[in-house]
Amino acid sequence: MPRSLVPPAFFVERVTTRCIKCGVCVRQCGFSVHAQAEPYGEVVSTEENCVGCQRCVVFCPTRALRIMENVHSVRQHPNWTAGVIHDIQKQAETGGIILGSMGCDKDYPIYFDRLALNASQVTNPAIDPLREPMEVRTYLGSKAPRVEVKRSGVTFRLQKPMPIGIKLETPIMFAAMSFGSISKNVCEALAKAATELGTLFNTGEGGYHADLRKYAANSIVQVASGRFGVDKEYLEVARVIEIKMGQGAKPGIGGHLPGEKMTWEVARTRMIPKGTDAISPAPHHDIYSIEDLKQLIDTLKEVTDYKKPISVKVAAVHNVAAIASGIARAGADIITIDGMKGGTGAAPKVVRNEIGIPIEVAIAAVDQRLREEGIRDEVSLVASGGIRCSADVLKAICLGADAVYIGTAALVALGCHLCGKCYTGKCSWGIATQDEYLSRRVNPELGVKRLVNLVNAWTLEIKEVIGAMGINAIESLRGNRLHLRGIGLNEVELKVLGVKPAGESM
Amino acid sequence: MKRVYCNEKYCVNCHLCEIYCLAAHSPAPDLIKAFSPSDGIRPVARIQVEESRPRSMAVSCRHCLHPLCADSCISGALTKDPNTGIVLSDPEKCVACWSCLSVCSIGAIRKGFVAGRPVSVKCDLCQGREIPACVEACPNQALTYEDRGEN
Repeated sequence: MPRSLVPPAFFVERVTTRCIKCGVCVRQCGFSVHAQAEPYGEVVSTEENCVGCQRCVVFCPTRALRIMENVHSVRQHPNWTAGVIHDIQKQAETGGIILGSMGCDKDYPIYFDRLALNASQVTNPAIDPLREPMEVRTYLGSKAPRVEVKRSGVTFRLQKPMPIGIKLETPIMFAAMSFGSISKNVCEALAKAATELGTLFNTGEGGYHADLRKYAANSIVQVASGRFGVDKEYLEVARVIEIKMGQGAKPGIGGHLPGEKMTWEVARTRMIPKGTDAISPAPHHDIYSIEDLKQLIDTLKEVTDYKKPISVKVAAVHNVAAIASGIARAGADIITIDGMKGGTGAAPKVVRNEIGIPIEVAIAAVDQRLREEGIRDEVSLVASGGIRCSADVLKAICLGADAVYIGTAALVALGCHLCGKCYTGKCSWGIATQDEYLSRRVNPELGVKRLVNLVNAWTLEIKEVIGAMGINAIESLRGNRLHLRGIGLNEVELKVLGVKPAGESM
Repeated sequence: MKRVYCNEKYCVNCHLCEIYCLAAHSPAPDLIKAFSPSDGIRPVARIQVEESRPRSMAVSCRHCLHPLCADSCISGALTKDPNTGIVLSDPEKCVACWSCLSVCSIGAIRKGFVAGRPVSVKCDLCQGREIPACVEACPNQALTYEDRGEN
C-alpha cells in the first residue's frame, strides 16, 4: 500500500514517569489512539487516529498526557498553509469531498468582538440588578400592532384575538440538534434543562423520541425537507413548529445521516427503515417560492387549530433580508436566522467554511428591512449560529434579535471539545454518537445541571450588563443599536450593522 | 445503611474507581507512588469494573445482611459490625484460606498483601473518609453512596 502523505494532526505526549499504565486513556478514546497489550502493560499510541478531542487528557488520573497540535507538518508558507496542503493530500488519496463538523473554522472577522456596549454615567442612572427587578423574560410570536376593544357599558371586549406569545424566561434557547446526530442522553439533557429554565429546546429534523415527549411543553419541533418523524401527534404536542429551510453551517444543501448511525431507536423516531441512510433533500420538494412556503405554513396552522406559532428557519445568505420579508408576509410568527458560524453534525468542509454570511450582519439587515417595511412586529427574530457568551446574546439582541439559539455552546457545556469529528459517530465525549459504549458518557442528570448552570450564569451576566446600561427589561434592548459602537470597523460595515463608530455620540 | 451503588446505565468503563480505591488503600502519599511502591507490592483495588461491551459495571462488596463470607471465615477475621453493618476483614487474623473468596456470590473479595503477607481484602467503605474514594472519583456519577433503606 502506498504510504499516506497526510501526517498526524496531533502528537500524543506521554510523560512516562507519570504514566501508571492504568489504561484509562485506552478505554476512553473513541478513535483507538491508545493501546495496551495487557493490563498495566506499556501504553502505546497510533497518532494518525488522534482528533485532538482531549478526552484522554481530561481523564488521565496522573496528568501524564498532553495532545499537541502537529504545527510543523509542512514548511511554513503564508499562502500554502498546512490546512490547504493536507486537504490536497487527502483528496489526492481518496478522491472525495472533505467532510467537516461543528462550525466554520476559517478566520473570518467576528463582528461581535468589534462591537462595544454602552453604559450609564452621571446623566442617566444605572440600575443595580441585586436591588431592583430586572426583566429578562421575553415572548416569541407575532405581536399585535394595536389592541382594539369594544366597549359595552363598563366591560371591554377584545375585537380580535391576541396572537399567541410563547413565554421565555430567558432569551436563550437550545438550537435544533436531531436525535441521530446527537445521542438520546444529550437530547434528554437539553429537553429537561429547557423545562427547568423555562425556555425552549428544538428537536431538529430527526423526529421526537417518545420517551422525551414529557418535555413537549418546552419543545420546538422541526418540519424539514426529509419530513422525518412528522405526524399529527408530533405537531400537536409541540409548543412551536419550525419549518427548516436551511442551516447556517450548510446553506443550500440537505442532510445525510449515514445508515451506520441509524439504530432501531433512531429509525423508529424518524419513521424510516433501520440501517438506511436518512437523506434530507437540499430543497423542500414542495417549496419553490414564498407562495409555496405560505401553503405549508397555512397547512401546519390548520392541522394544529391555529394554536401553534410557526417558525421558519433560514440560513444567513446574501439576500436574507428580502427572504425574511417574504417569510414574514407568508404568515410565519418567528423567523430564525442561522449564521455561517453555526454548527452541524456533518457538512462538506467547503460548504461549511465558504457559504453564507455572519449572523451579526444578517440579523441587522433583516431587522432593518422589516422595520422599514413596517412588519417587524408581525414576527419575532431569533439569531443563531456562533453565539458564544452572554455578550454575544446582548449584542445580537441590540442588533435586532428577540432571542437567540445556542447549540455549540450547549454541547461544550456537556463536554464537547470541538474536535469536529461528529460525522464519524465515534465521539469520545459520548455526544455525537449512537454507539452504546460511548453515549452512556453523558449522564443526563449531570448534563441538566451543567446546562442550567450555563444559561443561569449568562442570564445573570445579561442582568448585570443591562443594569449598567440603565435598562431594566431585555425587550427595551431589542434593536437598540444606539447601545452599540463599532471598533475597528469600516464605514460600509458600520452602515450594514447600523451602528455608529466608537467615539461618536448620540 | 449507606452503600456504594453503581448505575450501570452511566458507567463509562474508565476504571477510575479502581485506581482511586487502590490509591486510598495504599500507604503512599499520591497516585503515582501508589502504583510503583518501593516494596514492589502494589495494593489491590477493592472495587472492580466488570465489562461486557457496551456495558460495564463497578462491583464491590454489598455488605450483606447475612454475609456468607463472615459465616465461612475459619479464623474470625471477617465480621459484620452490628452497629454500622459494615463487613470488615481483619488482616491480623486472616489466614489466607480463601474460603470467603469461594463463597462470595459476586466476587467482591480479592487476594491481596498486607505487610508482605497474603490476606483477603475487600471494600471497607473507606473508613475515615466521608465519601468512599471510588464514589468521589467517578466522573459520570454512576457510583453513588446512599442509604436506600436496605439493611
